[in-house]
Amino acid sequence: MSATRRIHWMKYASASNFYPLANRLVPLFMGLAIALAVIGLYIGFFVAPVDYQQGNSYRIMFLHVPAAWMSMFIYLLLAMYAIISLVWRVKMADIMAYSLAPTGAMFTFIALLTGALWGRPTWGTYWIWDARLTSELLLLFLYLGYMGLYSAIPDRQRASRAASFLAIVGVVNVPIIYFSVVWWNTLHQGSSFSVSEGASMTSDMLSALLLMAFACWAYTIAVVLRRAQAVILERKKVALWASQISKNKEA
Amino acid sequence: MKARSKRLVLIGVIIVAFGAAVMLVLNAFQENLVFFHTPTEVKAREVAYDRQIRIGGLVEKGTFKREEETTTVTFNVTDGESSILVSYTGILPDLFREGQGIVAEGKLLTSGVFVASHVFAKHDETYMPPEAAEALKRAEEKAEATVQQATTKPTIVEKGE
Repeated sequence: MSATRRIHWMKYASASNFYPLANRLVPLFMGLAIALAVIGLYIGFFVAPVDYQQGNSYRIMFLHVPAAWMSMFIYLLLAMYAIISLVWRVKMADIMAYSLAPTGAMFTFIALLTGALWGRPTWGTYWIWDARLTSELLLLFLYLGYMGLYSAIPDRQRASRAASFLAIVGVVNVPIIYFSVVWWNTLHQGSSFSVSEGASMTSDMLSALLLMAFACWAYTIAVVLRRAQAVILERKKVALWASQISKNKEA
Repeated sequence: MKARSKRLVLIGVIIVAFGAAVMLVLNAFQENLVFFHTPTEVKAREVAYDRQIRIGGLVEKGTFKREEETTTVTFNVTDGESSILVSYTGILPDLFREGQGIVAEGKLLTSGVFVASHVFAKHDETYMPPEAAEALKRAEEKAEATVQQATTKPTIVEKGE
C-alpha cells in the first residue's frame, strides 16, 4: 500500500468536512430507502404467500423484524460512538451518538408496538413479561434514559459524559435481548435465521424481509446524517451567541 | 500510560465488570426467570400447589375435550415424557390446536389438575405457505408408514437383503 492511497479516516471527524458530505449522502439514502421500502412492501403484501398457521397476520413481521434488528444494532453503534467520544474526545462521535438515539428509540417502539398487535391474535395477549419482551422494553428505557440524561444536565460536556456512560453500561442488555430466546423459555419464538440451517421461510418472504431491512438501514443513515447536521448548526449557533455576548461584555 | 489509554482501559474494565455482575444476577435468579415449567419439571420438583405458575408444552393429540354448552375445555399438556391435565374456561387463541405448543398460566391443584386462567399459543419460527405445510405433512406420514412397515415385517426386510 502506498502512502498516497491511504484514506484519511479522521478527515470526516471534523464538522466542516462532514457537513457537505452529509448534504450529498442524505438525498441518496432517502431515495434508496423509499425505493427499497416500496419494493419490499409490494413483495411482502402481494407476492409472498400466506402462512399455513397464521394466515395473513404474519405479514407484520416485514416491519417488526427489521425494526427489532435496527433497535439493537443502532444501540451498538450508539455505544461505540459513546466510547469514541469518551476516550478520544471526538466531538463528531458525540454528535453521531446523540443523533442516533431518537431513531433507535423509534425502531424499538415500532418493534414493541407491531409485536403487541401481532401477539394479540397469535398468542392471545398484547403483552407478556417474558425475557425477550422485557429486555426489549428495557432497551426503550435505555434510549429514553440516554436522551433524558443528555438534556437534563445544562452543561453540555458533562451531559455528554454522563449520557455516554449510561449508553456504554447499557450495552450489556443487547446480547441479553438477542439470546433471550435461547437462554430461557420464552413465549416469543426463536430466530428464523440460523447459520447452519438458513432461514426457515420461503424465498419470497425472505426477500421482502431483507429488502425492508435494507430500507430501514438506508432510512436510518439518511435521517441520522440530517439530524447530525442540525445538531452541528445548533451547537455552532450557541457557540457564536456565547462568543458574541462575551465580546459585548468586553466592549 | 496516556490519559486516553487510561480512559479506554477504564471503560473496558467497567463493561466487563458490569457484564459479569449482570451475568451473576441472572444466574442467581435463573429459577425465577423461568417463563414456564415443563410437565416433567412440575412432576419431578413438585412445584408448589395453589401458586400462580406457568406451564408449557404441546397439546397432546386426542385429549382435547369441550364441556357441552360452556367455554370450559380440558386437554393434556405434554413434553413427550409426562403430561398434565389442564382445565380452562375462556376463549382460546386462534392458533390453539392439538399438537400445538402452548403456555398456560394458572394454579396446580392438589388433585394434579392444572386450572389455567390464561392460555397462550406459542408460535414457532417457521413460516411457510399452506401447500408446503401439506406436502411436508404427507412426506412425514409416508416416512412413518415405511418405518412401520419395516418394523412390523422384519422377515421380509431380511429376505430382501
